[in-house]
Amino acid sequence: MVSVAGREADSVKKHNMLWKKCTAAGMAVLLTASGLLTACGTSGQKAVQRIVVFNYGDYIDRDVLKQFEKETGISVAYEEFLTPEAMYTKYKNGTIHYDLICCSDYMLDKMIREKDVRKIDMDRLKYAGNIGDTYWKLSRNFDPDNSYSVPYFWGTVGILYNPKLLDFTPDSWKDLWRKDYKDNIIMQDSVRDSFVPALRQLGYSINTTDKKQLKEAQKLLLEQKDLVQSYLVDEVRDDMANEQAAMAVIYSGEAGLARDYNEDLEFVVPKEGSDVWMDSWVIPKDGENYEGALKFLDFLCRKDIAMKNFEYVYYSTPNTAVLDEIDPEEKADDPVIFQSEDVVKNCEMFRYLGKDMEEYYNYMWKQLKAY
Amino acid sequence: MKRLGKRLLAGPYLMWMLLFTVVPLVLLAYNAFTGADGSFTLTNVAVILDPVNGKPFLRSIGMSVLVTVICLVLSFPLALILRKCSGNKNSFIVMIFILPMWMNFMLRTLAWRLILLNNGILNQILTALGFGRVHLMNTIWAVILGTVYDYLPFMVLPIYNALVKIDNDVISAAQDLGAGQWTILRRIIIPLSIPGVVSGITMVMVPSISEFVIASMLGGGKVYLIGNVIEQAFNSGYADIHAGSGLSLSLMVLILISMVIYRLFDGEEGESSLW
Amino acid sequence: MVKQKVIDTASRVYLIFALILLYLPILILIISSFNASPRNKAVWGGFSLEGYGKLIHNDMIMQALGTTILLAAGAALVSTVLGTMACIGMLGMKKRSRTWLMGLTNIPMLNADIVTGVALMLLFSRFVDLSFWTMLIAHITLIIPYVVLCVQPKVMHLNTSMYEAALDLGASPVYAFWKVVLPELVPGIVAGFMLSFTMSLDDFSVTYFTKAPGIHTMSTMINAEYRKGIQTELYALSTIVFLLVLLVLFLMNRKAWKKVDGVRGRKGGRQREKA
Repeated sequence: MVSVAGREADSVKKHNMLWKKCTAAGMAVLLTASGLLTACGTSGQKAVQRIVVFNYGDYIDRDVLKQFEKETGISVAYEEFLTPEAMYTKYKNGTIHYDLICCSDYMLDKMIREKDVRKIDMDRLKYAGNIGDTYWKLSRNFDPDNSYSVPYFWGTVGILYNPKLLDFTPDSWKDLWRKDYKDNIIMQDSVRDSFVPALRQLGYSINTTDKKQLKEAQKLLLEQKDLVQSYLVDEVRDDMANEQAAMAVIYSGEAGLARDYNEDLEFVVPKEGSDVWMDSWVIPKDGENYEGALKFLDFLCRKDIAMKNFEYVYYSTPNTAVLDEIDPEEKADDPVIFQSEDVVKNCEMFRYLGKDMEEYYNYMWKQLKAY
Repeated sequence: MKRLGKRLLAGPYLMWMLLFTVVPLVLLAYNAFTGADGSFTLTNVAVILDPVNGKPFLRSIGMSVLVTVICLVLSFPLALILRKCSGNKNSFIVMIFILPMWMNFMLRTLAWRLILLNNGILNQILTALGFGRVHLMNTIWAVILGTVYDYLPFMVLPIYNALVKIDNDVISAAQDLGAGQWTILRRIIIPLSIPGVVSGITMVMVPSISEFVIASMLGGGKVYLIGNVIEQAFNSGYADIHAGSGLSLSLMVLILISMVIYRLFDGEEGESSLW
Repeated sequence: MVKQKVIDTASRVYLIFALILLYLPILILIISSFNASPRNKAVWGGFSLEGYGKLIHNDMIMQALGTTILLAAGAALVSTVLGTMACIGMLGMKKRSRTWLMGLTNIPMLNADIVTGVALMLLFSRFVDLSFWTMLIAHITLIIPYVVLCVQPKVMHLNTSMYEAALDLGASPVYAFWKVVLPELVPGIVAGFMLSFTMSLDDFSVTYFTKAPGIHTMSTMINAEYRKGIQTELYALSTIVFLLVLLVLFLMNRKAWKKVDGVRGRKGGRQREKA
């Protein structure tokens, strides 16, 4: 039997050897772990062809992905994000190499200016012609020679309201500041969109770089905070359909869906003017499958696929092949999705305002949220 | 001579912990103390002093203290009652308290959303009964309620485990010697429950201070906590991993300091017995 | 005696109150899963099984469920093995190095989840692409301390002379370990496995930061989807999960009770023999 003292002596003797062994075992784990890590770092590109697609939440018909996988044999890793800022951060992190990203005008403006995206060989897209000229023109706001992006959906920002819960008809951003509707107002939970109601009602551009104007707008928003029920993004649609609130700032496409769920709801682009937006696809520089990305883009522009996607997403589509298919009556029936040109005339498109301004906007927004 | 305790066996674990807890934290600290250009700077650690970050930080601390206190107040009597229900039913009753933990906490939080919404279940019941509506959803109170609900078992179980270990004979002896219920509670039960209370407080306070999902599910974007700030710094907003690292480091240091103080007061290292 | 009765009644009322609070959200999830109302689940729109039908065809939820279970089982398995090895290894250590190792163990326990997640993300993003494996590593790191905390007390109470006696009697170390040591540790190991499994199932923060593209666990999937229209399926799923867990608990309890009864029976038998 081994006494305690013996054990101690034994341990001292073996101390060095044991530690060497211990380190050896540890190194083994380390090697296995790093092996694992490199293995998962390199796999994927070689085995099966795949593309990594990054898009807004609920912004594609999942069957379209399946059909693409079936038709081309390219598998699609599909990821979603909540706001353009979240997308940019994740993309810049570089942990994931996206092959295709769908995002909004000002963020694309930034990515194109920072040369983060690749030129798209438009000639190789058989169905790019389906996208109407008006929308290519609209795209030039951020993509001056239409060579980096392909339009996906577009729309405006306005107020969705429930006449049942209101005793007036909103037509101005100022209506979102009415004290008698405290806790009945939903605002957007993203930096640029949230400033639109304040900036436009003060008569300023939504792309203002004047810090004084921004401060003024922030002051307005701070005053409003107490009246606001919540700051949301994707939930706005359901909450309005469920009559949780009387008024909400919302994208026209989402408003169309909400109106589908609850027929009482109405949508208005306030008279002070608003934001017209365009969501387009770009191919990031560090994507690993350019060919696959092109195929996917072309696939999305194809009439049957674009139709399917339009029916699912139900935002305003720039695809004329799809628009021609829909009968005029239906269009007249839904002015939110098939918006008139007049409404758009009173609107501006967001632009990228440079790093400093961007940070300033964000800081203003953070102050609003933190206080 | 062969012995059982071979230090070699702890090697893989040691390496794992060094590689995946120490190294990442060193990396975090490195990011916190460097700027975008890689030079040494203290600005990222100092951002916590900016009210934009400081306010949510204080709010988080206050909220987690409140949540912990509520949990403690609710749990102690519960643990006492559970202890009394000893016998065979014992394990069953404990299981009843563990069971909800096996449902995803986000699903349970989602259920609270249904209850608390402006025209949710609670308000429907209240209006049906002729009371006015309560406005809880999208306030800090909804977040506190959700957090208390989520972490309550983490307080009940350690206290219960500590109380169960108290020998019934000790209590009988005290009774025989003329001690009243109150004296027994004060002189025997509470002192002996301390280890459980200690680990309970740790297990509720630490996770609730960095909570951000419950805040975004029940706070409607109006409740902005330090967890949200850190999450935004890394995942939304304009990525600033250096500022995010600085904030994370501040949070970590705060927790570590409070734990050290807490353990000093406590003296003995509390045995964390959740099960 | 009257006072005692009042206390008993109060205890019972409190217990029932606590149970209602604990199970109310779960009950609401279950009811909601049968609610035909398409969007507003706070309003009853008639009975429907649609959610269950849609659930089976919802690849996203099914994949998330699969990933969650695979991840939790894998992480719990690896951490149970590594953790148990470490605990046995600690037996051969001097007190100082043991304290040191336990301090290391406490880091992920006492650190806020969000900080652990962020730190791991910094490590991974520097060296590799995020994938299932990075998620697994993150989960193991998060839950391994729970295994150590469950197993370590059992190891410390181990009677090593039994093992040495077995060796003296000619048993090989491996054989002696399996036959003598391991049986004593089993309760701790099982508890560690279960606890770490639960922790992995319920984790959001760490997964959120170390998640690979296109892979979801239940938590991250719910976080990404609850804002939109898939809620009925989620409620249906939670109902199924709840019933499954209930069934498992029921079976486990019956077994436990049988064991208790068995032991009692034997005791009784012995007493009768004596008589």
